[in-house]
Amino acid sequence: MSKVCIVFDRLRSEEKMLQKEALDLGCETSMLDAKITQIDTDSKKEDYSLGEVVLERCVSYFRGLHFTASLEFMDVPTINSYEVADICGNKMLMTLRLKKHNIPTPKTYFSFSSESAFQNLEKVGYPLVIKPIIGSWGRGVMSLKDKDTAEAILEIRDINDGPHDRIYYLQELIQRPPRDIRVITIGDEPIAAMYRKSSDGFKTNIALGADPELCEITKDMEDLAVKASKAMGGGILGIDMMEDEKKGLVVHEVNNTVEFKGLARVAKKNIPKAMVEYALNYIRK
Amino acid sequence: MNCPECDATLNIPDDASVGEIISCPDCGADFEIASKDGSNVVLKQAESVGEDWGE
Repeated sequence: MSKVCIVFDRLRSEEKMLQKEALDLGCETSMLDAKITQIDTDSKKEDYSLGEVVLERCVSYFRGLHFTASLEFMDVPTINSYEVADICGNKMLMTLRLKKHNIPTPKTYFSFSSESAFQNLEKVGYPLVIKPIIGSWGRGVMSLKDKDTAEAILEIRDINDGPHDRIYYLQELIQRPPRDIRVITIGDEPIAAMYRKSSDGFKTNIALGADPELCEITKDMEDLAVKASKAMGGGILGIDMMEDEKKGLVVHEVNNTVEFKGLARVAKKNIPKAMVEYALNYIRK
Repeated sequence: MNCPECDATLNIPDDASVGEIISCPDCGADFEIASKDGSNVVLKQAESVGEDWGE
């Protein structure tokens, strides 16, 4: 009997759905809380109830990333891999990877000090969208509409002065309908998609109250999602796209620990089941 | 059991698992189920949302 382990740090309905599907598929299933797990340089996979494959589902990006490194150190196949998590969790690395693979993505400007970021803004012109390179759910994403706003936001970043606050990620504001598209890919295959409609403002994060609506995956969406997934290194991903009025579809984000609670309720395919099946096939290859 | 913060009654579903978050309907405080043995449930303060939380 195959054994699947789900690593979590906050047990959400997604992790419970994965557990249920794994059990329904006849797998021995273990749930491992990363917060209370200790690992050392002599650790072996036999020391833990890890099974043959791990689905890493931590809500904390850095916890999940470093836990994945520990799992791979113990030669435990982990989805997603450290490399995929590393790239997808950092917006700058992700954007560079997308562009390197000729995947349409919004024009993005990088600066490495607040002075340089301000000069960039003045040169390119307003508005630009500033995004923290680490983080999710739309936190810290702001449209810099004018010089006054830019000065205020850059000053706050200077005061916060976390290591990642010194990296400035400024992106063109895409002219598009008030929605974006989330495509879930499993092993480079688009499995389901939804429109996320903004309720207020330009952010379309479900965590901020955007309305999910089932989206039929077009050929263009499929092609782009497959390319983006392959560019990141595969696994289980959430590919976010916007419909640029001039350029067509652009990929603006690829998510590593994709949330699927809302989409699972309306999707034609059983998303958590497909994820577990992918994990089982992953170890059979 | 009662909320450790405000003493309101917490309804913990029978099928709740260790690691799950329970929110107090009165004060809004979040607690994580640290252990569960039948109806004997131990709660701990849940982590607050971190800068790196998300997808």
